[in-house]
Amino acid sequence: MAINPPSNRLWWKEPIHGIELGWIVIAFLWGLFMFFFMIAWHFIGNQNLSSETYRIRPEAYQEKVEAFAEEFQATDAAGEPLEEDGVPVVRPPVGGDAYILARLWEFWPILELKKGESYRIHISSADWQHGFSMQPTNINISVHPGYEHVITLTPTGSGDFGIVCNEFCGIGHHTMTGRIRVVE
Amino acid sequence: MTTVDHGAVPAAGADAQYRICRFSGLRIESNAERLIKVNAVAAVLFLALGGLMGLMVALTRWPAVQLLPAEWFYLVLTGHGANVLLFWIIFFEIAVLYFASAVILGCRLAAPRIAWLGFVLMVVGAVMANYAVLRGDSTVMFTSYPPMQASQWFYLSLIIFAVGALVSVMIFFATLVVAKAENTYDGSVPLVTFGAITAGIIAVFTLASGAIILIPTWLWSLGLISNIDTLMYKVVWWGMGHSSQQINVSAHVSIWYAIGAMVVGAKPLSEKVSRMAFFMYILFLQLASAHHILAEPGMSSTWKIVNTSYMMYLAVMGSMIHGLTVPGAIEAAQRRNGFTRGAFEWLRKAPWGNPAFAGMFLSLVMFGFIGGISGVVLGTEQLNVLMHNTIYVPGHFHGTVVAGTTLAFMAMTYLVVPLIFQRDILWPGLAKWQPFVFGIGAGGISLFMMGAGTLGVPRRHWDISLADAAHPFEFPAAAYLMMGLNGISALLAALGGVMFIVIVVGSILAGPRLDRAGAKLTFPLHDKSREAVSEYGSHGTLKLPGTLILVGIFFASFVLYYFVNWKYLSELWLFR
Repeated sequence: MAINPPSNRLWWKEPIHGIELGWIVIAFLWGLFMFFFMIAWHFIGNQNLSSETYRIRPEAYQEKVEAFAEEFQATDAAGEPLEEDGVPVVRPPVGGDAYILARLWEFWPILELKKGESYRIHISSADWQHGFSMQPTNINISVHPGYEHVITLTPTGSGDFGIVCNEFCGIGHHTMTGRIRVVE
Repeated sequence: MTTVDHGAVPAAGADAQYRICRFSGLRIESNAERLIKVNAVAAVLFLALGGLMGLMVALTRWPAVQLLPAEWFYLVLTGHGANVLLFWIIFFEIAVLYFASAVILGCRLAAPRIAWLGFVLMVVGAVMANYAVLRGDSTVMFTSYPPMQASQWFYLSLIIFAVGALVSVMIFFATLVVAKAENTYDGSVPLVTFGAITAGIIAVFTLASGAIILIPTWLWSLGLISNIDTLMYKVVWWGMGHSSQQINVSAHVSIWYAIGAMVVGAKPLSEKVSRMAFFMYILFLQLASAHHILAEPGMSSTWKIVNTSYMMYLAVMGSMIHGLTVPGAIEAAQRRNGFTRGAFEWLRKAPWGNPAFAGMFLSLVMFGFIGGISGVVLGTEQLNVLMHNTIYVPGHFHGTVVAGTTLAFMAMTYLVVPLIFQRDILWPGLAKWQPFVFGIGAGGISLFMMGAGTLGVPRRHWDISLADAAHPFEFPAAAYLMMGLNGISALLAALGGVMFIVIVVGSILAGPRLDRAGAKLTFPLHDKSREAVSEYGSHGTLKLPGTLILVGIFFASFVLYYFVNWKYLSELWLFR
């Protein structure tokens, strides 16, 4: 019994029964397969999270985001700067850099991207850790203050996408959202 | 200094007092018995407190109910995590370690005074942590990531608790030395003790990781250190955070074997294989911390792939092996007990009315199917992006820690109360249903949270309607349904939890006494459990068709679910 010492003192010399051996082999091979599939996805898949990261002071990042928002702020037909609830809508250049700032309690600014085009999206936080969770396409990335994470993103759908914070960041956590628009 | 004459100096441990358990034949020393009792009682009290907090959390996350205001929700959620994941589980684990050493090996507990010191430190830490959280200035969640800061009392309380736990683990190791020195057993330690040793070894370096990260964080909260690097904190914190879950796994797998042995007379199919599977945990689980850092900036893919796979999934292989050998041992035992017809008579006629067995088997099935499979999927480098920090994560760990560990510990309690407290289970009719009510509730919580997480619902979030947000976003109606079903499951689990606490507290205080001659157990142990079984593994009927079918279903589910998630991932926006 499992609560008695093994009756055969030389238990490690006993042969392993076929059923057990078979299952061990299957479990081992499946583990190997899963291991190599992660590596393979870097070659066959299009969803691999970048590890391109820079250290940056939160204030310096904030200045960069503000300069970016000013430079590329979208304008409407009358030439007026486009805003949504006081948050500027920014049209980054196709293939170029775009910045998102996470802070208590918003993702700033609103980006307007083109479907099928790639953008280098920079993400960092001005204060606590936050969670970048884009919905309804479920992409979830951690955001740290002091670390600027660069992700090359290509939208494959169009419309309004919500960004919800999914790392607890204080009492207003559940009000922390942002938006990405994708136009055709 | 004066000396007191005691007469002849007794040999170490010669004054230890033993009794022989009439039901199990185990030799139980009085100090070990007392320390198991106090640790188990403390565990159950913190389960009651943490469970109540958990119910409030679930009722708040049920969108139609939303019980608590936001401030209270986050506070209670912090308390829930600390009370159930740390205090309930670790107090119970210390009781399990003392049981697996002193009781199973039939020896005395080493240094009982120091064991009491460990217990007192743990109680002080646990009470202090609740004080810090309820004060309202330590709402930092279980993970307590900086730069968000808790009060100094919060970090200090966790350090004190961890020191107490470490002292208790050392007493466990010392007890093993005592047993060896005093020759209280013959040959190798039993498998259950081996599993407990695995848990103990893992506990030591897990608690060490905790100390490495919590001590500087405490100094930071005192203002003595100016800055804690957020990424470094997360890496080291998870060195404790996930490894500590392997203590739970080792402990509850040991309990599966123990209950199988005590209730149906199961013996391991092969000592070598089962012990190797435990050994895998020791070798490979340290890498597990990386599971939580897959969506972090700055970590290379190579680092993520090696670490999150526990180096090619060798620790997962350990769990998969137990997934065959535990039901296999039960099937072999049941066939030996005479239930040989068809593939499943052994299972149909298993003692389902015995809450120890029912809880153990439900724990085994749900830990494998819900906790295990989701854990591997969640820990896959790319797939993690789908559910990182969504409520899928609590879904996964409620599958492992609630449906797995907590249910197994509850099942074990039905044996601990008669054997250690010498009281029979009060209200056996209620006890028969308890593992099913709690287990179905816990399984529901896990599955519905995983479902909602797949739909993007964030974890630790007060209001998924995002009513006060600047840029509202609407989650699909199915997400609301899932969160509602989660609330209903939580009510069921809470009912099961209340049943458990009522039965256990009632039995300890007023259960029929078993220390009188002629008293019988309501839920009997296996008749032959007192006999040393002559041989194991090779009794000629190692045909386990039922287990093979169950394991086949498990493997098919695993593969299917794994690829469903890759399919889902391939439909996301492209990112690199």
